[in-house]
Amino acid sequence: MKRIKTVATRDLKKSVKCGGCGECQTSCQSACKTSCGVANQKCENSNK
Amino acid sequence: MVHLFESNGYYIAVDPASGSIHSLDEVAYDVISLFEEKTEDEIVAALLEKYRGRPDVTEDEIRECVGDVRELKESGVLFSEDEFRDLEPKDEKSPIKALCLHVAHTCNLNCEYCFAAQGKYAGDETGKRPALMSFEVAKASIDFLIKNSGTRRNLEVDFFGGEPLMNFDVVKKAVAYARSVEKEAGKNFRFTLTTNGVLLDDEVTEYCNREMNNVVLSLDGRREVHDRFRRFYDGRGSYDEIVPRFQRFVEKRGNRSYYVRGTFTHMNTDFTRDLFHMADLGFRELSMEPVVSKPGDPYALTEDDLPVLFEQYDILACEMLKREREGDPITFYHYMIDLTEGPCIYKRITGCGSGFEYMAVTPWGELFPCHQFVNDPEYSLGNVFEGVKNPTLSEKFRNCGVYSHPECAECWARLWCAGGCAANAYHATGDISGIYEYGCRLFRHRLECAIMMNVAREEEKQD
Repeated sequence: MKRIKTVATRDLKKSVKCGGCGECQTSCQSACKTSCGVANQKCENSNK
Repeated sequence: MVHLFESNGYYIAVDPASGSIHSLDEVAYDVISLFEEKTEDEIVAALLEKYRGRPDVTEDEIRECVGDVRELKESGVLFSEDEFRDLEPKDEKSPIKALCLHVAHTCNLNCEYCFAAQGKYAGDETGKRPALMSFEVAKASIDFLIKNSGTRRNLEVDFFGGEPLMNFDVVKKAVAYARSVEKEAGKNFRFTLTTNGVLLDDEVTEYCNREMNNVVLSLDGRREVHDRFRRFYDGRGSYDEIVPRFQRFVEKRGNRSYYVRGTFTHMNTDFTRDLFHMADLGFRELSMEPVVSKPGDPYALTEDDLPVLFEQYDILACEMLKREREGDPITFYHYMIDLTEGPCIYKRITGCGSGFEYMAVTPWGELFPCHQFVNDPEYSLGNVFEGVKNPTLSEKFRNCGVYSHPECAECWARLWCAGGCAANAYHATGDISGIYEYGCRLFRHRLECAIMMNVAREEEKQD
């Protein structure tokens, strides 16, 4: 497409099937401690 | 719904429901903004008028762009419907996987803005309860975590306070105990320690660099900013004492993870100067958080501060991109989004896990939903010896995901934020199912910056 470039992102629909293992880091444990978000959490599922 | 924004000269579309991101030129930006409200002919007419005199914007070009947008919509990456609202968690009763151990409800600094009231957490001032966690409580906490962790392999323990190094012996014993039992239990412990640096000597440095997966070093930035709040009890600022300790620590840390973490307040809304000061001191992994405060506090952030803070986040993003190009990058916690390897949909709708996956433990073993609820009697969950005795409260936190907040339903950032911080919501509205709108506005702006940085990297790769 000439005027639109789609940036690669994780397929969230696919993650319905392979996600949910719960092995990823708890959001608040790493650095913020006061303003949670999950955007910067790494997925640790080896079967995704 | 599509979220369109311009940042640092980039035109960007975010499809909230699929998490898709598109880098646009200004014509595509306009086409998408009109797509749901106008017919194709109306869009063509409007844009031919707007771009009159631009030879590259012809009727055919605009129609082609409209066709592209239609194609993206049909592919489910633009104007997509949210299909995750009724998604059930894979684990109906997801187990506990992280504890914040308050090994010391005391501190060697007397920071005025401390949300933990200098480690005393409003309620320990009488001296009736122990300020330091015993090994017995720490051991029971590890056992409680293993017992309640179900099939989870990765377990997290954060040593927190107050100042955890005031009880370093128990930190070491707790780590040794967890290591001695993790293999047989089929678990992998990850430890984090948050420190003000006052007791960070060579022995502690060597120990933490060996045992701690992550270390959070509290530094607010410039000397005058840091020393405004982070003082000893005799009134001296702590900057001169702790900065050399942090520098030595990081020098010996190698490639293991750490954060130099600051707090900004109404007094230093120009907080990028503090972040760049940290970088000048040699620190590369940075975090800077808005202060948690009551509205009347003199250092509380105000409505008028918001535009200034937005601009600061913009400055930071542009400067970070510049430093990346120059081969001397810094990281910033809130800008570290991984678009392809980030969290699955379950994580994105569940949130931080406080109160059901994650709990805080006081020095005497009482459980609270997280470190920000400690000592609030209404939020006591039980204790590490007898377990969770208030499952109703735990369920309330479990059911506090992004779709439980009506305000989040229309928010474009919902699948990156996951509903926000329950403690912030509680402090702002008196209820964990409320929202902290000020925090939401900061979050959305930070996320725009983080997305822009990813788009900029992609565009630069292709150039």
